[in-house]
Amino acid sequence: MTTTSFARNQWYVAAYGSEIGRELFSRTVCGESILFWRTEAGEVTAMADRCVHRRFPLSENPSRLDGDTVVCGYHGFTYGADGVCVSVPGQKRVPRTARLTSYPVKEQDSFVWVWIGEKDKADEALIPRAPWLDSPDYTTVRGMEPLAARYGLLVDNLLDLSHETYLHGGYIGTPEVAETPITTEADEKAGVVYVSRHMDDAACPPFYARSTGVTGRITRWQDIEYHAPCLYLLHSRIAPVGAPGPRADGSDPDAFHVEVVYAITPETEHSTHDFWAVARDFALDDQEVSDFLYDSNRTVVLQDVVALNKLEQVIASEPDGTQELSINIDTGGLAARRILKRLVEAGAAESVAAV
Amino acid sequence: MGPQPTTMLDGDTVHRIVWIPGTDRLRGWCWCGESRESEDPVELWEWLLAHPDGHPGRGTAPAPGPAPRPRHLVGA
Ligand code: FES
Ligand SMILES: [Fe+2]
Ligand SMILES: [Zn+2]
Repeated sequence: MTTTSFARNQWYVAAYGSEIGRELFSRTVCGESILFWRTEAGEVTAMADRCVHRRFPLSENPSRLDGDTVVCGYHGFTYGADGVCVSVPGQKRVPRTARLTSYPVKEQDSFVWVWIGEKDKADEALIPRAPWLDSPDYTTVRGMEPLAARYGLLVDNLLDLSHETYLHGGYIGTPEVAETPITTEADEKAGVVYVSRHMDDAACPPFYARSTGVTGRITRWQDIEYHAPCLYLLHSRIAPVGAPGPRADGSDPDAFHVEVVYAITPETEHSTHDFWAVARDFALDDQEVSDFLYDSNRTVVLQDVVALNKLEQVIASEPDGTQELSINIDTGGLAARRILKRLVEAGAAESVAAV
Repeated sequence: MGPQPTTMLDGDTVHRIVWIPGTDRLRGWCWCGESRESEDPVELWEWLLAHPDGHPGRGTAPAPGPAPRPRHLVGA
């Protein structure tokens, strides 16, 4: 049994769909090096990025795509889109075991999701949704930053918005935030943590006033929805005070929405892919608004990256279980940790049972 | 008994904790209807997640108040 801190038998975001085309593309997810490419028909495929012959990385030059096959750049082993070897150099017979591990993949909401674990357990219905990211009703800016820290540190960071005041002073904090009740909900069965902060009467931050045309006081909701292990949603809703709330069918035409999405994908035990996107349903064609949201969110992400990279070095140098101290602001982070721990244990137990 | 939490998740077994920043008290609600105050989120999660140990639910103990009801479906 391999013990890792990754939750296996889970879907993870491996890439944006736009990153994968007719070039060989490699990304490490939960310690597994995975090769991605698109078939001529446009389907994303995922397989191990190591040739079965002498382990040459198939993403390295001079490996190449030839139609719907990958040709290893070292001695020419050739693989189909399902990872099965279709020819080897200098002989007719292809060894029956010559196949690359293939991974279930699903392209959805602008992401490429990959299943890490036992293939027969992969159920696409389990993938959490972020439909804003490729909706024509929203405009989205996005990016991805490499983080030299374990993914749990980013989960902790994102579940607690109070660090805004200190780490991101001047960027996203507002005074009303401090007096508004924060409700943390945990659904262990579904693997979801929800942290809501609903301000009923707040000043409209200048950015929103400018881009939405709302003047006067607003209701402002900030709701975090974390679907362990990978997807984090921050729903930000503003509406003039007195406007109707969301309707029973989920639509909410009287408010403006910013949907901040993070995909938190472990790369190795000590590094993480930090995907981030900001979608909005107002000022859709306003490039200045796009630039502002891109610059401000990227600034905030990079501030977190610098802090968490430093924190990783400290934690990695200390013995496991070094004492921390939790206070009220950590309520959401504690719930997320609890769920992650359970998922890691469940994934490990299932792979033992399957041996 | 403190403020009612905003309820967003609609699962059958959702645990909730409400906190007013600026105060020290947290109040947790188990899905069984029982609730409790605490100053320590670690201790409060432990109590909630220990259900039914320590708080077997309304069947045997009087519930302190109505359990909050979901306001709308999330992720539907
Ligand atoms: S290592 Fe790939 S063909 Fe030899
Ligand atoms: Fe942050
Ligand atoms: Zn209970």
